[in-house]
Amino acid sequence: MSNSDPTSFLNRCRRSRSFLIGGVMTGFLLLCAAISLFWTPGSAYDIVIPDRFLPPSAEHWLGTDQFGRDIVSMLMTGTQNSIAVAVVAVSIGLIIGVSLGLLAAAKRGWTEEFIMRISDFSFAFPAILSAIMITAILGPGGVNSILAIGLYNIPVFARLTRGSANAIWAREFVLAARAAGKGKFRITFEHILPNVLSIIIVQATILFAIAILAEAALSYLGLGTQPPHPSWGRMLNEAQSLIFLDPWQAVFPGLAIATAVFGLNLLGDGLRDVLDPRLSRKR
Amino acid sequence: MTDYSVEEPVLIVEDLVRHYRLPKESLFAEHRYVYALNGVSFEIKKGKSFGVVGESGCGKSTLARNVMALEDTDGGSVRILGEEVVGLSFEQLRPLRQHFQMVFQDPYGSLDPHLNVDRIVAEPLAALGPLTSAERDERVREVLESVGLKSGDISKYPHEFSGGQRQRIAIARALITHPELIVADEPVSALDVSVQAQVLNLLKDLQESFGVTYMFISHDLAVVEYLCDEVAVMYLGEIVEKGRTEDLFANPAHPYTRILLDAVPQPGAAKKRDRIKLAGNVTGQTEIRAGCAFQDRCPMVKNVCRSEKPPLVAVEEEHLAACHFSADVRAKNKPAAG
Repeated sequence: MSNSDPTSFLNRCRRSRSFLIGGVMTGFLLLCAAISLFWTPGSAYDIVIPDRFLPPSAEHWLGTDQFGRDIVSMLMTGTQNSIAVAVVAVSIGLIIGVSLGLLAAAKRGWTEEFIMRISDFSFAFPAILSAIMITAILGPGGVNSILAIGLYNIPVFARLTRGSANAIWAREFVLAARAAGKGKFRITFEHILPNVLSIIIVQATILFAIAILAEAALSYLGLGTQPPHPSWGRMLNEAQSLIFLDPWQAVFPGLAIATAVFGLNLLGDGLRDVLDPRLSRKR
Repeated sequence: MTDYSVEEPVLIVEDLVRHYRLPKESLFAEHRYVYALNGVSFEIKKGKSFGVVGESGCGKSTLARNVMALEDTDGGSVRILGEEVVGLSFEQLRPLRQHFQMVFQDPYGSLDPHLNVDRIVAEPLAALGPLTSAERDERVREVLESVGLKSGDISKYPHEFSGGQRQRIAIARALITHPELIVADEPVSALDVSVQAQVLNLLKDLQESFGVTYMFISHDLAVVEYLCDEVAVMYLGEIVEKGRTEDLFANPAHPYTRILLDAVPQPGAAKKRDRIKLAGNVTGQTEIRAGCAFQDRCPMVKNVCRSEKPPLVAVEEEHLAACHFSADVRAKNKPAAG
């Protein structure tokens, strides 16, 4: 049991280096996406052939691509895309997965078996391969890539939630709630969910990073966001064939993806320390 | 509560049976069972305290959970205020739950760390049906006061309290519906000895002011002697001896009771008695065997104990024991000369 008082929550935030660095990196990402909604330094869509393959300069901060589009602007607009895909995909996984996990823990018996065996089944397929399969069946595009990534997230959340929820169901305060006449539904929402929430939030942050990576991978393969909307993965793909002609083009989308994933992973780690000091004491 | 009269005991337990099914050892193996309760019967009169003592694993906590209707019982009857609770569905039980509440052993595990005192204490009010928020707040305030907590504590969280205070919160939660019966499962064993006394005194005071009846489960004989009017000694899911506290402590009629009493370390000059020492190990509870449950560890075991199960019979008024040789046990209780 933690002996901390609530005021030390801020202290824990301040002391956790991963939380601070991850938070700043993620914040920067969100800021880029927000700014790009109404302003970008150049245009992410306008094709200006004479300006193609420009190196970084005052006018084009990170240079231009083979069509003369401004890379900073494309990256910033691409952030919107990455975040939108990740938010929706994680939400799909979170809502359905957490509900299934809570249901499995509350019902036990064959309901639990059924939900868990299905999630085992889906785990048997490599995530990115099944996402490719889904987009191949449904056709490439932003919405379908969201669906594909979201589907993969469901069993991850279901499994995690069920495991943590089972541990909470075994606690005495749940028995006390039963003795008070509370049904399983109320107990799930009043006792189980609040006690597993911090673990779910941490997992959501990490899956958010994985979703950004998966979206980039699908776009790289041409199965995700379609042109002309900028997307980090497709920028990488297009830069690949030009890597000896114009290396700048490949470096920046790669850096953007790396920054996003690294930042979110750090944030997830930091949140683990901040939200529930019992979970990790090593750092 | 239609047919309930004052004379009738608050709790009547008859021949309660609970067997836990173990997971199969292999796909085609037979299920094995843990025989946690094998026909337990007792009753508690209004305003009295009934103690249940025994070693870990003897079925005390199982008994508590079954009396509280928190598990499916495998047989027998539990009547609370005349109302049969065995066989009722969870929904049918809900309106009855206000009459019997429970205090748990571990005050660190029995309070949800995410709820404040107000919400924890008010939780059993769910069984009472709709209350106005003013009534609810009044109940919470009143019950916190009666267990000695300050009104300022109401918005605090469990981790801000010590173990003793947490147990007061747990007791307040049990009291809020004004129950007739409180089942307390080792309510002080997780507490410091100095705090134990405070909590026990609180329980005693509450009994005097509210007339509440206790079923008090403990492995600590001193605690039971202090608080309880009647005691039952359990061994492997059975009551082996039962009687008024003073009779049972002064003159036990079952060798197991005698061993438990002898095992209590007594500071200062110990009473000179022939101490019976415990032989053998705890036998498993995964099979039901012929004869006495205590046969493997009993220092006085004879052939008859291995074949015939001793019935629970009276050795004196309101004092029952299940031993073929209870007369011999009682004969040895007299302090040795010199």
